[in-house]
Amino acid sequence: MRFERRERQPLLLILATPLIAVIAALALSGVLIALAGAPVFEAYWNIVKGAFGSRLSTTETLTRAIPLMLTGLAAAIAFRAKLWNIGAEGQLYIGAITVCAISSQFLSGLPSFIQIPILLICGAIAGMILLLIPLWLRLRFSVDEVVTTLLLNFVAILFVSMLIDTVLKDPLAFGWPQSLPVADEAMLPRVLTRSRLHIGLFIAMALAIIIYLIQTRTVFGLQSRAAGLNPEAAVFAGVPLARTLVLVAMISGGFAGLAGAVEVMGVQGYVTTELSPGFGYSGIVVAMLANLNPIGVILAALFIAAMFVGADGMSRVMEIPTYIADVTVALSLLSMLVAIFFTQYRIRR
Amino acid sequence: MTENALEISGVSKRFGDNLANDNISLSLAKGEIVALLGENGAGKTTLMNILFGHYVPDSGKVSVMGAELPQGKPREAIRAGIGMVHQHFSLAPNLTVLENVITGTQGIWSLATDTKSARKKLIEISKRFGLIVDPDARLGDLSVGEQQRVEILKALYNDAQILVLDEPTAVLTNIEAEQMFSTLKDMAKQGLSLIFISHKLDEVMATADRIFVLRGGKSVAERLVGDTNKSELAELMVGREVKRPVREASKPGNVILNASGVSVVKDGVERLKQADFHVREGEVLGIIGVSGNGQATLAQLLSGTAKRSKGSIALFGDEVGDLSVPDVVELGIGRIPEDRNHEGVIGEMAIWENAILERISEFSKNGLVDRTAGVKFADEVINAFDVRGATPTKRIRLLSGGNMQKLILGRNLLKQPKLLLAAQPARGLDEGAVAAVHERILNARKDGTGVILISEDLDEVLALADRIQAIVGGQLSPSVSAKDADARKMGLMMSGEWDDQEVGDEV
Repeated sequence: MRFERRERQPLLLILATPLIAVIAALALSGVLIALAGAPVFEAYWNIVKGAFGSRLSTTETLTRAIPLMLTGLAAAIAFRAKLWNIGAEGQLYIGAITVCAISSQFLSGLPSFIQIPILLICGAIAGMILLLIPLWLRLRFSVDEVVTTLLLNFVAILFVSMLIDTVLKDPLAFGWPQSLPVADEAMLPRVLTRSRLHIGLFIAMALAIIIYLIQTRTVFGLQSRAAGLNPEAAVFAGVPLARTLVLVAMISGGFAGLAGAVEVMGVQGYVTTELSPGFGYSGIVVAMLANLNPIGVILAALFIAAMFVGADGMSRVMEIPTYIADVTVALSLLSMLVAIFFTQYRIRR
Repeated sequence: MTENALEISGVSKRFGDNLANDNISLSLAKGEIVALLGENGAGKTTLMNILFGHYVPDSGKVSVMGAELPQGKPREAIRAGIGMVHQHFSLAPNLTVLENVITGTQGIWSLATDTKSARKKLIEISKRFGLIVDPDARLGDLSVGEQQRVEILKALYNDAQILVLDEPTAVLTNIEAEQMFSTLKDMAKQGLSLIFISHKLDEVMATADRIFVLRGGKSVAERLVGDTNKSELAELMVGREVKRPVREASKPGNVILNASGVSVVKDGVERLKQADFHVREGEVLGIIGVSGNGQATLAQLLSGTAKRSKGSIALFGDEVGDLSVPDVVELGIGRIPEDRNHEGVIGEMAIWENAILERISEFSKNGLVDRTAGVKFADEVINAFDVRGATPTKRIRLLSGGNMQKLILGRNLLKQPKLLLAAQPARGLDEGAVAAVHERILNARKDGTGVILISEDLDEVLALADRIQAIVGGQLSPSVSAKDADARKMGLMMSGEWDDQEVGDEV
């Protein structure tokens, strides 16, 4: 048995890849559910019910999908230009804490329509800056950004942890390490009453569409794709490589920072070190499942969010830990990588 | 009848719609050199991969010394005494020569490697066949020619009796190639049997005893070297008569580009030293030299991807400063990069995107790509330059090397550049494509384009250039008019011996 490169990649195959990957992941985690002694199909049915079974669960799933869409876009944009930003988690935290700091220190009393845009932009800028550091190291000293962005996550989260235990600590939080809250005027408007679903959903979806248009229609989109696929040829064709990567990094880091800002301003209202259950890392899975397509990111984020929210519901009904969601998500990334390989290669005897 | 060392009989192999090998039979006697001649895509490499067990044939069989070889088992092929020397070496640059040679010969679980006897065997083999390399040199420090010697040694170390060489001269300089062929003849005298794959007629005629010609997956002819000649072989290989275009006399016009005392420093090394050269309208300036002597840097300088550290360059009579790629393209300088796949195209992008990427400002408005105009331009290039098998939206990776090169030529020449920089434009192309590329370059010359042709192929330079300068160690010789140039003189110039007084053309 050996692998042969496919001459063409059928469109249908590319579209089917994520579905096949998800089914494979569900089948594999089914084995674990069976080992835990629970009926597999019932468990999955309970996950579906947990994610979409009621108005509350559906809005929860959508709410959970918002930061995933943004971190998913952050990864998809960067990966397409072969900029391996593994640091969305840290950028998210820095974006979130920046929002809390600015809102509580400088903007109190200003009306919503001024505060909200300023804060969203500040959160994005904070994320950008955190990604520009490793990018500078790469461009200047050829330091591998996989390592630097990944390790900066720990630096960022520990830095946030220090802030919320010292200068930004909320004195009314009974001694818990928790940041000062964002002002009420800075909270994102809700889409529906009696739910946590906020307008961040529309912001994220609109940004996905904008990114799609940028990637397919603009000179910058063409150049950043060229830079990712073949940097040497891109330079020969006059693509300003460093400038393109800086722009890509600004968008990528900006979206991850925005994910943090939106999560704070839409859901939590303040920052703790439990703000993100790994949104930054799950964003990588979202981007890969979407085959780095920005529109696909919306769907992939919904799937991952549904897995997490649904698994919570399922574990309440059945005796299976919610960790099964983590396993399924991780397996879907692995199956997707295998599936992507098979869109490019075929097996020959 | 003596037993043949190798017998391939009735081998067929199909890939999808493409019949890569159609009932091919071939024999090889002990001590014989057989050349497998054919254009790119004729099925040569497929046949050798079947021989070596990389592919399983749909029908047919391979026998070595009368014993049939099990199919699809490279290990069995090695055991039977077949050694393969790949076009792209399968060697590890960070290991020494000796380590590379013994890799794969020892069991994975054997703890101690018996380097002592391995070294002895290696030195013995290299002495016997005149393949001298230092066993302890790091492979990455060796020249390409030496690396190839290591690749051959590796096959011989595995006791190969039949050696298959896939386009062995593709990466070698003329001198290295000559050396290698004399080594191959030596090996045949000592009883080894050799097959070498090639599309170069000269080397086939000079080296082989017998020649098999493949075309379109079929075996079209078998000739003893004494019974044939180059033009017959060319016709058999291409299927029609191929004539390389001939340069007509022309009257060069004004000086387009004049460089004097130009030096380029890269990574702390002076790659180009005080170079003086100029080119006129309707003239081809040939820069000949063994690769690695600074011509890549010269090409980068003129392409806008390298900056000079000293010297002055005048374009169309005016001094210019450092030029970026967009400046160069805007000024009407066409560029054909040395390495198509790494610099010339982006394989995974569409043909139209590859056609316009370097002139994106012309094909965009307010930052938006004008796709319609880009597709139209690509269509024009495809039609005007006979790019076969291309549609604008197809990924460029799917084109053959020759058609890719025609696209690169087309995207430059369709815009009628004033100056064309062509670095190794025919490298790796087959006979038909070489003729097409040369014809386009000569047509551009006729239309008044000044051409700088950087090449290591003497025939190419002698055929196309009006004036020739050699490049050695980053230094350019004075230019010699083509009518005063012959192969011997060029050979001397390429090794750095030139007369500083000689001037082929005064500015």
